Amino acid sequence: MSGRKRTLEAISFELVMTVIAVIALVIIIAPSLVVLIVSFTSGFSLRFPPPGYSLRWYAELWNAWQLHFAAKNSLIVALWATGLSVALGVAAALAISRSQALSARLLDSLFMSPLVLPALAFGLAALMLFSLVGLPVSPLTLVIGHTVVCVPYVVRNTVAALAQLEPTLLESSAVLGASRLYTFRRIVLPLIRPGIIAGAFIAFMSSFDNVPVSLFLRDAATDMLPIRMWQDLEGKLDVTIAALSGVLIIATVALVAVMERVTGLSRRLTN
Amino acid sequence: MGAAPASRDVTSYGMGLAAPLALFFLLFFVAPLLQLLWLSLHNDTAGLHWGLGQYLHFLTDPFSLGVLGSTLLLGAEVTAVCLVLGFPIAWLYQRVGPKLQTIIILIVLLPLLTSVVVRTFAWIVILGRQGIINATLQSLGIIDTPLKLLYTQFGVVIALAQVQMPLMTLPLITALGRIDPNLDDASCSLGAGSWRTFFRIVLPLSLPGVIAGCTLTYAAAITAFITQSLIGGGQMLFMPMYLYQQASTLQNWPFASAISIIFLLAVLAVVSVFTTLGRMSRGYGGA
Repeated sequence: MSGRKRTLEAISFELVMTVIAVIALVIIIAPSLVVLIVSFTSGFSLRFPPPGYSLRWYAELWNAWQLHFAAKNSLIVALWATGLSVALGVAAALAISRSQALSARLLDSLFMSPLVLPALAFGLAALMLFSLVGLPVSPLTLVIGHTVVCVPYVVRNTVAALAQLEPTLLESSAVLGASRLYTFRRIVLPLIRPGIIAGAFIAFMSSFDNVPVSLFLRDAATDMLPIRMWQDLEGKLDVTIAALSGVLIIATVALVAVMERVTGLSRRLTN
Repeated sequence: MGAAPASRDVTSYGMGLAAPLALFFLLFFVAPLLQLLWLSLHNDTAGLHWGLGQYLHFLTDPFSLGVLGSTLLLGAEVTAVCLVLGFPIAWLYQRVGPKLQTIIILIVLLPLLTSVVVRTFAWIVILGRQGIINATLQSLGIIDTPLKLLYTQFGVVIALAQVQMPLMTLPLITALGRIDPNLDDASCSLGAGSWRTFFRIVLPLSLPGVIAGCTLTYAAAITAFITQSLIGGGQMLFMPMYLYQQASTLQNWPFASAISIIFLLAVLAVVSVFTTLGRMSRGYGGA
């Protein structure tokens, strides 16, 4: 490279690092591939490699009405929680993003804290408060709980997008006579939209996948998909769950591909 | 509005816009946590008698302390595995062209966005008695009877490490990207070997990323109760499941509240230790 001799020492370093990196990447990707392959088994067990291949478990999935019901609930709650997170989170991000005030820093820490605090403890706390004020658990309490744990993703991504925004653009717009609302609609919003969409996407995925909060805040009638899957797995190792996992993996890959196009998701999460 | 644009800062928005979310958090995040704290300071289920009985119970009970200890240890093990495996990925990322970079990022990102239950389920398939590892070892004739991998500490650590790896790798990629590549060349041309350059230059300069990654990984690993319970099985009990059992099965809310508070404080303590380390390392790695 820069003229230095490639000694044995340098080669050993690069070899060790590259080998570990490749092993690590394989460990990351292998489980999803294994599930995909097993989901096409023609047998009754999760044996790998499968004895033969078929679509029977996907066909089985078609009739699994319990899973359909749970998936519908999860989808509805995730959509409401994401909508609420975007409405509350984007407004809050606008307020705190450029402010150096202590109150803004404190609010930022508060809004981020659900990311590190154990969600299960929050779920229990919310259940106790709701039962204290006499609000029974319902889809409404689920949406509220999910919004608390999902809104940090929207705030963080919107704040990051606002930080990239050139302040002179807003000044020029104001100097040219545009009102604040007009500037927001025509300048700010188009520029931060990819950030908002990326945040909303991550919020949606994490709500759809949430177990700890749902465990406490759902009522008996509201079965959620990840909880249904978890309980199915605790009981028996059902190959239908492998087919469902296959569907979820493929849906995630497709959504990530779309998001990568629309928002440049991968760049967004590494700087 | 806008009558005197010069007198108002047009580049920022009023703090009032944060009010709805602040109110929402006050009602549905801060208030529940205060209620949790309040109930944990009561000796009876009805919440009539004040006292530290719940905490005394936890802190004098070897079983409870054991659960706390094994949870904190689990987090440390998972974080260490993630660091050792995640750092080379970040290093490789800086070495390859933009096409491969995107592929690496997507490989790292995909599990983060895939359902945790699905990822954990995958490990059941891999570690099970008829799983890939046992099937491979048996067909190679290395073992006769299947190894017990599921429901072991090893299984929990490896599965959690895979599940949390993105949280470690993403901050590391960011941190390594900020290091001036000339430093690497300078160190090498001054005669330091690659290994020495790595441990004396690259690793210290990437400390902010290491600390950010460790914080996220640790916090996520000790609270990841789906993976803990499915891979660990009934034999191994960690704090989240302990909390859930006390709250849900036994309906002992005051004790469950005390467990939650102790768990929260443990997480906060670890996060603040890491944050302090991060602040100390920033002067070092801010170059």
